Amino acid sequence: MTLVVDVTARRGAFEVRAAFEAEAGRTVALLGPNGSGKSTLVSTIAGLLPPVEGTIALDDLVLDAAASRAHVPPERRPIGVVFQDLLLFPHLSATENVAFPLRARGVPKAEARERASGLLERLGLANRADARPGDLSGGEAQRVALARALVVEPGLLLLDEPLSALDVGARMRVRELIRDELASFPGVRVIVTHDPVEASVLAERLVLLEDGKVSQTGTPEEIRAAPRSRYAADLVGVNAFRGTLEPLEVGAGLLVTGDGDIVAPWPEGFTGGEVIGLLRPADVTLSLDPPGGSARNVVQGHVTSISVEGDRARVRIASGPPIVAEVTLASVERLGLRDGVVTWASFKAVEVEILPT
Amino acid sequence: MATDSRHSPGSASSPLRKGRIPAGFVVLATLGVALVALPLLGLVLRTPWSRVLEILTSETARTALRLSLIVATTAAAISFVLGFPLAWVLVRSTFPGKTLVRAVVILPLVMPPVVAGVGLLAAFGRRSGLIGSWLYDWFGIQLTFTTAAAVLAATFVSFPLAVLALEAGLRGLDERLEDAAATLGASRWYVLRRVTLPLMGPQIAAALVLSWARALGEFGATITFAGNLQGRTQTLPLAVFEQLQTDTDAAFAVSMLLILLAFAVILALRGRFLR
Repeated sequence: MTLVVDVTARRGAFEVRAAFEAEAGRTVALLGPNGSGKSTLVSTIAGLLPPVEGTIALDDLVLDAAASRAHVPPERRPIGVVFQDLLLFPHLSATENVAFPLRARGVPKAEARERASGLLERLGLANRADARPGDLSGGEAQRVALARALVVEPGLLLLDEPLSALDVGARMRVRELIRDELASFPGVRVIVTHDPVEASVLAERLVLLEDGKVSQTGTPEEIRAAPRSRYAADLVGVNAFRGTLEPLEVGAGLLVTGDGDIVAPWPEGFTGGEVIGLLRPADVTLSLDPPGGSARNVVQGHVTSISVEGDRARVRIASGPPIVAEVTLASVERLGLRDGVVTWASFKAVEVEILPT
Repeated sequence: MATDSRHSPGSASSPLRKGRIPAGFVVLATLGVALVALPLLGLVLRTPWSRVLEILTSETARTALRLSLIVATTAAAISFVLGFPLAWVLVRSTFPGKTLVRAVVILPLVMPPVVAGVGLLAAFGRRSGLIGSWLYDWFGIQLTFTTAAAVLAATFVSFPLAVLALEAGLRGLDERLEDAAATLGASRWYVLRRVTLPLMGPQIAAALVLSWARALGEFGATITFAGNLQGRTQTLPLAVFEQLQTDTDAAFAVSMLLILLAFAVILALRGRFLR
């Protein structure tokens, strides 16, 4: 199943123009800053805001075709939406919220409640089944909203900023839960987020939105390698190390990747296993001589590319593992950096953010 | 900053801050309370308590009470059934002349009830009424001096209250909840039934109670348009008016009953009026 979006949508004076595809089995993230048109696009795909131009189709099913004024209303779209503010019905219990889409489709009450309870149980909410949304914690409410969107097994799951309303602790747990649910969801998966970390962890493919336009699409690796805008570089251009985190010492572990090892912090309560380590390029220090000091991670390699954005340069180094560093243009000149020059890159262990996968 | 001051009660610069009541205000406020309380006190004292039961169970009072309940309840129901769609249109759509429509709908609230009665005669009167003469000539239907006329008069004056309460309810509703319901497969009718109406519960209750109370007390429009016919159009207020000229004791007793009903309304809406 494939979602094909090629639309112009307008809300008030704001216009967003986007074209992208999302295949079943691969999560696509629409990534952009606030005001980039993400929520307008969510409304349009959900059918709440008909596009002024273009088409939206899920395989052969044309959901919108502005030219022929074709428009499938939201209630007849095979789409499950989890809204940014969740929008759980405050007057219904968790179970009744999840049963709502089934009841709306004419499923008998007893059967609907049974299926809703089953899904809530799978998501670890069996003991909160009768609670009203106002009495649920942020993480619990998030799971109820996810269950409500999933219960009718839609062809497309659309998550709008699924983690933005949560505190840091809940965010990590819910992120894992969402990742698991996304992995087992057979249809098309689209998440909308302003958070590049969320996007890199949850999605296989990114669609970058800026000022109502798609500025770049590709895998996180592709965008990291060649960000086409300052925004792309800032938000997506983080170093990501995938590997296994092994215990090293108190509070620290060794992230073993296929290309080399990195010392990283040990997340509280983590029991070991597969992780992604994220490192912002601006936290990397470059030098021509082996650096002294407190940085635990020191790698060496030759420069493979330098791309300039304003007064800053992104320097890619073929070290083990490969590193992207962001330094000022002045530093590039002072160090005489150019393609092929061998340089040292160093960064402190605490600069690496560990995300269990 | 000026805008900050209202967030800081008790800031030293505010002369009217909580806890320091100007002496003049105390006097005027007391007078205000007395203005409302004295007639109530007078009623309580003048009510012939030994005869109350006898009066209220009399044929006239029982007939008027039954008629009042029928008229007020029907008027409240009509006000809701017609008022909800109207409130919906007024809140959720824009059309030329919307302000005018609102003004016209709210007008009965501030209009002298007797004028409402005259207007109803002009529209539904048998001989000269805009629609009334036509109804009579073609179908032989006469509204004036019937219970239907009493209901129409009561509805006319209570309708704006229902519309205003329902409008407030619709305005306070998070429309995105209805959007969410639509994406979950709910038809418009299902959204209305399972989301919109339940979420508006308190405002719907307010609309019903307020319009019911207003209809119950309606006098001027009713007596002008429907007349004062015992058993057909003589509701409690009209009965009080008539008894005042024949049996003042009865007038006081029935007034007491109406006041108790009014108290019940305030209790029912205590969340709205008493905080």
